[in-house]
Amino acid sequence: MSERDLNNTVMPNPKLAVNYCGIAMKNPIIAASGTFGNGPEYKGYIDLSNEVGAISVKGLTPKGRHGNPGTRIAETPSGVLNCIGLENPGAEHFVGHVLPGLMKYDVPLLANVSAGSVAEFAWMAETLSVDGIAGIEVNVSCPNVECEGMAFGVDPKVVEEVTKAVRKVTNKPVIVKLSPNVTDIVEIAKAVEAGGGNGVSLINTLLGMAIDIHRRKPLLGNTYGGLSGPAVKPVALRMVHQVYKGVNIPIIGLGGIMTGTDAIEFMMAGASAVQVGTATMVNPNAISTIAKQMADYVEQYNLNSITDIVGAVHQ
Amino acid sequence: MSGYVEMGKVIRNVQIGSDVWLIDVYALKQAAEAKVGQFCNVRVTNNSAPLLRRPISYAGFDAEKGTITLLYRVVGAGTELMTHLVAGDTLDCLGPLGEPFQTTPNMLLVGGGVGIAPMLCIASHLQEGEAAQVILGFRNESETFWADLFKDTSVKVHITTDDGSVGTQGFPTAIMPALLQENDFTSVMTCGPTPMMKGVATVAQEHGVPCQVSLEERMGCGTGGCLGCSCDGANNKRYKVCTDGPVFPAEEVFF
Repeated sequence: MSERDLNNTVMPNPKLAVNYCGIAMKNPIIAASGTFGNGPEYKGYIDLSNEVGAISVKGLTPKGRHGNPGTRIAETPSGVLNCIGLENPGAEHFVGHVLPGLMKYDVPLLANVSAGSVAEFAWMAETLSVDGIAGIEVNVSCPNVECEGMAFGVDPKVVEEVTKAVRKVTNKPVIVKLSPNVTDIVEIAKAVEAGGGNGVSLINTLLGMAIDIHRRKPLLGNTYGGLSGPAVKPVALRMVHQVYKGVNIPIIGLGGIMTGTDAIEFMMAGASAVQVGTATMVNPNAISTIAKQMADYVEQYNLNSITDIVGAVHQ
Repeated sequence: MSGYVEMGKVIRNVQIGSDVWLIDVYALKQAAEAKVGQFCNVRVTNNSAPLLRRPISYAGFDAEKGTITLLYRVVGAGTELMTHLVAGDTLDCLGPLGEPFQTTPNMLLVGGGVGIAPMLCIASHLQEGEAAQVILGFRNESETFWADLFKDTSVKVHITTDDGSVGTQGFPTAIMPALLQENDFTSVMTCGPTPMMKGVATVAQEHGVPCQVSLEERMGCGTGGCLGCSCDGANNKRYKVCTDGPVFPAEEVFF
């Protein structure tokens, strides 16, 4: 086996398999949008077909974007601030030129979509409802795009409207990614459920900033950015726990998962699946390591399936 | 091309200037496969702070000994922690990453500050039929340790300093035109502060010599996944400094 081409070399552990909204995944770990390219960037580090539960592709918008100018990454204690600004080639370019190259891997793909209006969200979902896409992750919560994503994600009525509009045009599972930068995330999750959404993923990044005291300027080119990494994990876990009590649709939990223990905490709080993002920036094979640690836990407690622990702390 | 995550063993970690250190690490796969201009992404602690890796260009590698050499400037908490490493410690190294320099028969190397490291790498790994001269730009004579690093190489060293305390006063571009006229350089390779590299690329272009530049950018992952280091290129193209670079033809990113 060549370390440079790991694909189709690892046997997945059946006890880690989950079915999320009808999407069959070999383990509960989804590569979080914006931290894993579209997948093939990591084919030399991890077996995409057997070690990754699913991949949420780099966030897509109706037209291509270069993203924000200036510094786009800053490090803060146990966390990362980013203001990439949804750099992507546009939905149609993705479907025509990127997606075909991803289909050789046996891993479900979530199309992560952002847009500037309800109608555009619907257009995005329609455009991406193609072979090779397993589900639509509706990003109403990117903190780095002015007046767009965030405005959608903070108002329950608008979230319900977006969810309905997307639901109407696609047969794929619709998962809405929620912003933590709200007063009551449970209300937003309920709006997704009312709008016919199949699931919710939470949390997107927490809006933050950092300052260079020598230059007397913000560290990030866009002044504010989204905070991710271990620093946000307790907040994310609390929100998953609250949302689990408030809705009946399955949850994808994310926010600072670095280890198998972190992932198991999220599942016990109520997540049916998890996403890993910042950890991949530190270790390109983080998802594989976390999956192995979860398998060890399953063995340690002699579980039939990792799904046995979903919502465990609520029982 | 993907790199390797290697738990390297520190061979030595020594201070060579007021804020510059040199570390040799036993990292077998990288030592065997690294090419000039590529970089290593080091994780300085197993804890969550500092969290991200630090991208550092190879200053050298030795396939026989299995070691890589990195030169790093202490600029923050991460590199400060690196100074505490001693022989026998473990350093998590991810590499080789990025696209290397495309070396040519006769090269003019131009380095400024810690950007001198990849120039040293080229100078100490010249292939048969390759020659080079190097211009080093410093602030003043307190930084002549950089020149000493080239003693074991075959390249001729030219020095410019901001204050004229050593070599010619001015930036490297002050002496480039004469050197380009006197020699048949087939390429110019540069790494250092962006304004310096832009100046170097401009002079090279004026003399009709192809120039390759090694960009420095804040990186998230170093592996092409996060787009933290993307930059604008010619013809409205977007490049990832980590995987499309860090080395680019100057005309792709500067003009």
